[in-house]
Amino acid sequence: MYKPLLSPGHTACAGCGQALAARLVVDVAGPQVIIANNTGCLEVFSTAYPESSWEVPWIHSLFENAAAVASGIESALKYLGKADQINVLAQAGDGGTADIGLQALSGMWERGHNILSICYDNEAYMNTGVQRSGLTPLDTNTTTTPVGKFSWGNIRPKKNMLEIALAHGLPYVASASVAYPRDIQRKVKKALAIRGPKYLHIFSPCPLGWRHEPELTYAVAKLAVETGFFPLLEFEDGKLSNVFKLKEIKPVEEYLKLQGRFRHLLSPEAKEELKRIQEMVNFNIEKYGILAK
Amino acid sequence: MKAYLEGSQAIAKVVALCRPGVISAYPITPQTHIPETLAQMVAEGELKAEFVNVESEHSAASCCLGASATGVRAYTSTSSQGLLYMLEVLFNIAGLRLPLVLTCANRAVSAPINIWNDYQDAITLRDSGWIQFYAETIQEAVDLHIQGYRLSEDIRVLLPVMVNVDGYILTHGYEVVDIPEQELVDKFLPPYQLKYKLDPDNPLTLGVLAGPDYYMETRFAIQKTMEDVLEIIPEISGEFFEVFARKSGGLIEGYFLKDAEKVIVAMGSVCGTIKEAIDGLRDKKEKVGLLKIITYRPFPEEEIYQALKNAREIAVLEKAISLGGFGPLYTEIKSVFQGKKENPKISGFVIGLGGRDITKDSIRSVSDRLSGKQVDCEFIDLNLKGEHKDNLLGGSGVASQFIEQE
Ligand SMILES: Cc1ncc(C[n+]2csc(CCOP(=O)(O)OP(=O)(O)O)c2C)c(N)n1
Ligand SMILES: [Mg+2]
Repeated sequence: MYKPLLSPGHTACAGCGQALAARLVVDVAGPQVIIANNTGCLEVFSTAYPESSWEVPWIHSLFENAAAVASGIESALKYLGKADQINVLAQAGDGGTADIGLQALSGMWERGHNILSICYDNEAYMNTGVQRSGLTPLDTNTTTTPVGKFSWGNIRPKKNMLEIALAHGLPYVASASVAYPRDIQRKVKKALAIRGPKYLHIFSPCPLGWRHEPELTYAVAKLAVETGFFPLLEFEDGKLSNVFKLKEIKPVEEYLKLQGRFRHLLSPEAKEELKRIQEMVNFNIEKYGILAK
Repeated sequence: MKAYLEGSQAIAKVVALCRPGVISAYPITPQTHIPETLAQMVAEGELKAEFVNVESEHSAASCCLGASATGVRAYTSTSSQGLLYMLEVLFNIAGLRLPLVLTCANRAVSAPINIWNDYQDAITLRDSGWIQFYAETIQEAVDLHIQGYRLSEDIRVLLPVMVNVDGYILTHGYEVVDIPEQELVDKFLPPYQLKYKLDPDNPLTLGVLAGPDYYMETRFAIQKTMEDVLEIIPEISGEFFEVFARKSGGLIEGYFLKDAEKVIVAMGSVCGTIKEAIDGLRDKKEKVGLLKIITYRPFPEEEIYQALKNAREIAVLEKAISLGGFGPLYTEIKSVFQGKKENPKISGFVIGLGGRDITKDSIRSVSDRLSGKQVDCEFIDLNLKGEHKDNLLGGSGVASQFIEQE
């Protein structure tokens, strides 16, 4: 009988993309794993004492240090001669990965630890109530980048974490989405078969923060891919080795319109902004060759 | 084996004898010679350990946290800004009840940036749940590291230990040091065993979210453990004597306390200077003594009371200040006498901040002042001559009031 390693009964919101993704990841990693987790929604909803959803050894220390804690775990396993039997995962949200935890992550990557780092990207600080992060897209309405008379929301585009990872010379860097569970599983498996530091960036909708219906999590995640907004990529030894190609690319508006955080972009006055976003998406479509010939 | 060693080398050697499996530290003066020496030992194969070159002290402490939680003995060292940068992680290590030994080469805290010795760094961590030792000599620093690991890993304790050694004075000073034999250290310090650890064969969740129903008990438990530690430290120091035939460690140490009417209370290497000054004063029949605090956390209140209760005048000398309040040690020494029948005059003196030299004259001036009126927070050896312009104070004007203009 299937027994998930991230058990149900935790307190994640209905439709939480991160909860889905985290279960997929740990199930593939299997029981011979140790996980270090940054502070964030995942940590909070899965480990409220006296309960825990984790069926594998799991540690949370702080918001920004899972990568460094994982480095210590992996070094300890090496010392114990168990490094070959046990995989180490360092996981965090987008804030824990791309902002406050980036330094520790960079250090861990550069030192070459045999660790898979996972970013569950829900594009804002959700645990503290939907504040922007460095991975919040352009023009997103968050509580710290509110839309107003003089504001379209977040003033900068999402930073490119994959390229930051690639700049560290990682042997494996990939993006994935909860809309494609099999793809997540395949990528985790592949990553864990490679020695050294690996990075997997998983697009994980947050119904509460993105303001869409919980049952739309898959649909929203799928549209992010189908519009080219969030490309699914794989890099091996620094080279783009796999792109999830699309026969037809939908206009970005179809993705945006399902979510309250982008609602302000649908007004006639927002035309120029919408155009900017579509142009950015087009740039990525071109850059990564997303359109199937 | 006796050897003439730099303090940092001696500490590195003894840390190696404690067989840490993971070492992680980040350069900061005056601590750096310690990890450098350890790195060399690992490079030469003299020490089997993973040396993790991290990108910050925050990660050094976090890396040690991860290693300790995986059941491997870990070591780190730092100073000043590095310790403050670790602060969040250090509270976390104590809260997780993870054993660890950290050497703090004590140094002043910026701004202005200053690489010389005082205790502002470590004192700032006094509420963190770390046990804090302060070493007077290099030999004592060496011994406290061995005892520190033993204490930290004791199943009755499971709290991290910070061994404080005066930056430069001890880390860069040379002394003939007795570095114990490996066999003896192994006899005294059993292999690291952790009951609750990260182990796929027995999966546990560490570092949970504990709400209002659970959090407070964790603090209570640490506080209770700290009380026990006051009994465990003398026990361990006693065992240390049995194995190494050297008296070292413990909670406090007295020097000419028995008949002392005036007592100076201090911590760390300055106690050496104070002892010398006391020798001189004793020659002049002045009944002065010293109470050296070795263990500052947990605070050995009862032992201090017993040691000080016959004194009429007490001077607390400290290299730290709670700005806007008093010297932290002074405040605590005063609290020892709350509700007691003895009512000694207790004065607080701030001394040697940012490496300001503490001479025998400084100590004598404190001793002299003890007969005068009680003071709470007197700065010793200030230089308020005109060359110190108030630009160091942002032109706040507070300084100019004190600065004697030529
Ligand atoms: C040093 C520190 N700063 C701030 C916080 C508050 N905090 C906790 S979780 C969090 C946001 C987490 O965002 P992210 O990493 O994206 O994870 P999410 O909750 O969105 O899954 C913040 C700001 C903290 N715990 N520690
Ligand atoms: Mg987030």
